[in-house]
Amino acid sequence: MNYPPTAFWRRSVVAICAGLWLTISCGGCNGTKADPTEIVIGHYGSMTGSEATFGASTDNGIKLAVEEINAAGGINGKKVRLITYDDKGDAREAGTAVTRLVTKDRVAAVLGEVASGLSLAGAPVCQENGVPMITPSSTNPKVTKVGDMIFRVCFIDPFQGSVCAKFARESEKLKASKAAILTDQASPYSVGLQEEFEKAFIALGGSVVSKQTYQAGDQDFSAQLTAIRSSEPDVIFVPGYYTDVGNIALQAKKLGLNTPLLGGDGWDSSKLGEIGGKALDGCFYSNHYSQQDPSERVQDFIKKYSAKHKETPDGLAALGYDAARILFEAMGRAKSLGGADLAAELAKTKDFDGVTGRISIDADRNAVKPAVILEMKNSQPEFVTTIQPGT
Amino acid sequence: MSTTPPAMLPATTPFHPVGPVVTAMPFVIGIGAAFALQAVLPGMVGPYYSRVIGDIGIAMILAVSLNIVNGMTGQFSIGHAGFMTIGGYAAGMITYYGSFFLWNGASVHGGFLGSGEWLFAVSCIVGGLVAALMGYVVGLPSLRLRGDYLAIVTLGFGEILRVVLQQTNKVLDDAEAIRTAGWSQWFPPPVGAAIGFAGIPKYTNLFWIYTFVTITVVVAYRLKQSSLGRAMISIREDEIAAQAMGVNIARQKVLAFVMAAFFAGVAGGLFAHEKGVIISPKDAGFQRSFDYVIMTVLGGRGSITGVMLAATILTALPELLRDFDQYRLIVFALLLIVMMLVRPQGLFGIHEIWHFGRKRR
Repeated sequence: MNYPPTAFWRRSVVAICAGLWLTISCGGCNGTKADPTEIVIGHYGSMTGSEATFGASTDNGIKLAVEEINAAGGINGKKVRLITYDDKGDAREAGTAVTRLVTKDRVAAVLGEVASGLSLAGAPVCQENGVPMITPSSTNPKVTKVGDMIFRVCFIDPFQGSVCAKFARESEKLKASKAAILTDQASPYSVGLQEEFEKAFIALGGSVVSKQTYQAGDQDFSAQLTAIRSSEPDVIFVPGYYTDVGNIALQAKKLGLNTPLLGGDGWDSSKLGEIGGKALDGCFYSNHYSQQDPSERVQDFIKKYSAKHKETPDGLAALGYDAARILFEAMGRAKSLGGADLAAELAKTKDFDGVTGRISIDADRNAVKPAVILEMKNSQPEFVTTIQPGT
Repeated sequence: MSTTPPAMLPATTPFHPVGPVVTAMPFVIGIGAAFALQAVLPGMVGPYYSRVIGDIGIAMILAVSLNIVNGMTGQFSIGHAGFMTIGGYAAGMITYYGSFFLWNGASVHGGFLGSGEWLFAVSCIVGGLVAALMGYVVGLPSLRLRGDYLAIVTLGFGEILRVVLQQTNKVLDDAEAIRTAGWSQWFPPPVGAAIGFAGIPKYTNLFWIYTFVTITVVVAYRLKQSSLGRAMISIREDEIAAQAMGVNIARQKVLAFVMAAFFAGVAGGLFAHEKGVIISPKDAGFQRSFDYVIMTVLGGRGSITGVMLAATILTALPELLRDFDQYRLIVFALLLIVMMLVRPQGLFGIHEIWHFGRKRR
């Protein structure tokens, strides 16, 4: 038998030593020294990739809140500095980014993510290291169940599902008794919302006559829409994201299907009207806030946001802004910025006057707050009604 | 009391005490180094850098194993992430539901090298075997053909797997739910559909990652030196000539493919158990497969050290470029283009690292 040249493992030793030396020489770069005059907070979001607008909007909202608090003198005299990391919409990158924020940059608190799947990747890292994390817009109930360091400022899927079902069943505009559902199977958000809607709609005495699925990014929905048309529903529930929803609306009109579509906060984007155009008129979706809300709080936010970022804020921007402000308020009250003290103060948040409504944090660290229903008219969303929690 | 005479060694192969030592030496050194890495590194550089170094190890396993198919045998597989994902799900099911069965809860059981970690190590190997089986099923029909069929079939495999995993049941959250679950909850398997398999105990550490890296690299290197590997390389260079020399082309290709799938499955097990990771159907898609194809192309055809270096660079670079904010992926892509223009044959071409500095033949 011929053994491989011993040179192989001799060289392996050299290579391993070289590798170790390289890592040792990096030993000094563990953690940054804390500057006592500033508070560092972190944000991880999808700044690139197919959900890039989500991360960008949220980040813009957070930046606005940071700018405001610093202009007002900071928190107890300390300026706030924001570090934002991109996770490409990839769970592994999200975990790495949060690890870096929490253990290397040593942030006092973490904000993010939009997508529930990515929040679920980042949350255990925050929980383990005792750093509070506030997700602005992950609606899946599992996220805050990770532990007592994880909070959210948006409503959860069961609430949004029941809001949509209630509106479909009871509002004068729809009075639906038969619903068809078209779910994006690749999206946990869509699947979760679909389940809750179905449950609530049946509990309110309605029936689900057709359930179809698609995959995010599909171009042709005619098969599903034809099947839905033959079941003659009064409303079609489409809990997807705006890009697909726009295409679905266009193709439904082409097939002569004039049944109104109903959806959730995934529809919320200034791009929705651009993609769907007139085809979306008469369709409804539930959202975190309405830009037409006349209250001073909301109009003030819209004015400042548009001045800074040259666009109207969508729901995600408003939630990012609220998440940051709730965090700053808790920081102002907390004895220290240690994870346990901060989490205890965050849990005490009650009747916070946010852009997205009055927010209280409940015992499960979820936000209790109202939802709004919007109607598309001339490709623009218009305020229809507000639905309070517990009604 | 035994009267059996001592076994006689055949005269033609005298026993060499040096033989097994040489055989075992790279494993001993590699696993020893992995042990040292685990003991020293996390305390020294912190969780963030150890995590990046761990990710590099997982990328190395995937890239080096893919290199057996793409680099050594010259076939073009673009479904490697599919095998990784199926291995990860299989391993995750074993540790998650196995932990409930053994210890009545899915939290991490036992410390370093404790019983939980051994369950995890076994689950990774089982994950590899499941992936290898899938590799056999996928590879057997497509590798009998010549041409680009493997690329098409493996691409399809990854996408089909992604959609199939989206149809799975919800993860069963507690012991009560597991006990009362009926057949409809066990089939399709309860691995969490689109949101991914959350709750897998997080056992992966540098020791296990680099232990499996060692095994992968030594196996790949010895394969390359062996008659089997040379037969694979001959297929890459010229299929017809190889067949004329008596190489069973289909058998060699399937063998390479199944081996690669095995190590991909093991890497999937490591990936699924890594902290801050949720394995989800998205991982089986072709985007992640392409990451590893890029590593093999950048490293050089069949060069094990070249591919290891490429895996290191491609995993560490996006992290090092974090300061560029959202431009980092543009910078990353530009660097790739520049590298491919400067060295179209890959970093090391068909050579290994120690061929450099020696007089070129």
